[in-house]
Amino acid sequence: MKEKVKILDQEGVSRAITRIAHEIIEKNKGSAGLCLIGIRNRGVYIARRIAACIKQIEKTDVLTGALDITLYRDDLTLATGQPLVRKTEIDFNINDKALVLVDDVLYTGRTIRAALDALTDFGRPKSIQLAVLVDRGHRELPIRADFVGKNIPTSRKESVEVRLKESDGEDEILIVEKE
Amino acid sequence: MLWTRKDLLGLEYLSAEEIGLILDTAESFKEVSSREIKKVPALRGKTAVNLFYEPSTRTRISFEVAAKRLSADVINIAAEASSVKKGETLIDTGKNIQALKADIIVVRHNCSGAANMLARSLDVSVVNAGDGWHEHPTQALLDIFTLKEKLGKIKGLNVAIVGDIAHSRVARSNVWGLTKLGAKVTLCAPEMLLPPGIEMTGAGTSSDLEEVLKNADAVNVLRMQFERDENTAFPEQLDYFKKFGITEERLARAKDNIVVMHPGPINRGIEMSSGVADGKNSVILEQVTNGIAVRMAVLFLVSQARDASRSSDA
Repeated sequence: MKEKVKILDQEGVSRAITRIAHEIIEKNKGSAGLCLIGIRNRGVYIARRIAACIKQIEKTDVLTGALDITLYRDDLTLATGQPLVRKTEIDFNINDKALVLVDDVLYTGRTIRAALDALTDFGRPKSIQLAVLVDRGHRELPIRADFVGKNIPTSRKESVEVRLKESDGEDEILIVEKE
Repeated sequence: MLWTRKDLLGLEYLSAEEIGLILDTAESFKEVSSREIKKVPALRGKTAVNLFYEPSTRTRISFEVAAKRLSADVINIAAEASSVKKGETLIDTGKNIQALKADIIVVRHNCSGAANMLARSLDVSVVNAGDGWHEHPTQALLDIFTLKEKLGKIKGLNVAIVGDIAHSRVARSNVWGLTKLGAKVTLCAPEMLLPPGIEMTGAGTSSDLEEVLKNADAVNVLRMQFERDENTAFPEQLDYFKKFGITEERLARAKDNIVVMHPGPINRGIEMSSGVADGKNSVILEQVTNGIAVRMAVLFLVSQARDASRSSDA
């Protein structure tokens, strides 16, 4: 049996996202020139929710896009199961934007490394910041997040499950003991 | 759904799910060609060899562009200008390419089964770019991809394939792929160009173009391959155009949104009129664009599968 511990429930997830939205606006002194790029899949949903929060606060629409990093992974040639290539959808120019990269869980940092490489192929933003719903530690690269929903200390034997309404039917964050 | 094949030899050997996976992957790759920097590092450090025993411009260039957009290194070998002239066999040529540590061979050959034979003898990935009258899987995949993009689905469509069925690997691959995905295919040609036994592939046949066009959601018009076989009887060109050429008058009696495809190169005034080739129903140039995405997907998938099987052997 897998042991599961609930870290955040629906309200918790919602509060974390709202706080991230406020912090993004504060740090960037408003929402002008801002854009949000979510990393597939769950990062995209979180980015859209942050954009909706920012719209409520600032009354402006923030550009959002979706990034698939499969083709930029550094473990593509290792036998780690076959990744499915999904669509990247960034239908605006990222040059000179204050770009906020959004993902669900920050772990080794390798996904973010791949995302930074991918973004370089799309243009040259003025700055790139990183927002994550969960930071669980165990970095393998010199990468840190600018906005964190929840810091969750974990062991490598555990895994963090972020479940969102859009993909999983409900909002919650669980720690799961791997067998 | 996992892709586990190191080769792509023909659509006859694939399941509907495998064909679906290639099409879905191609959809993701299509976006890459619309970027300012049209390149991703997915096949960086891999070498793809285009080994062509028949003249081909568009297929070879399409494979070359696809491989380059994935950051692979590409080597082109035209058999006329190689040691094949000196009598080297296909297998020997393949083994020499493998000894160069190439990863993928894209082969076009005038003998049916050439790609299959190469794939059996080699450890590198083999992608069939057309073998004799057998199969041309990536052409059919890009036809199906384009059709799906235009009409939103494949299942339940009536697809007519008109022209030189007898000499056409494009027709064969299309029949396999389309019928597996649930389309109804009708092959339409003068009787001398309908090979006996073709209905075993699951397609219907007809020599009544007007009737076939009336029900068709799409028509794939094949090139008359006058160069392919001097001994086979061919209809006289003008006579063929009169009876089987796709013209504006004939299209006017078909469905309004019928999709007109052609694998190219077009013989204008033989298989179709210029008005149709350049008309509102024609998707011929979109097929060329989609060909890149489909071939990127195929190169990526076979390469991944080969890497996975090699590292599990080690």
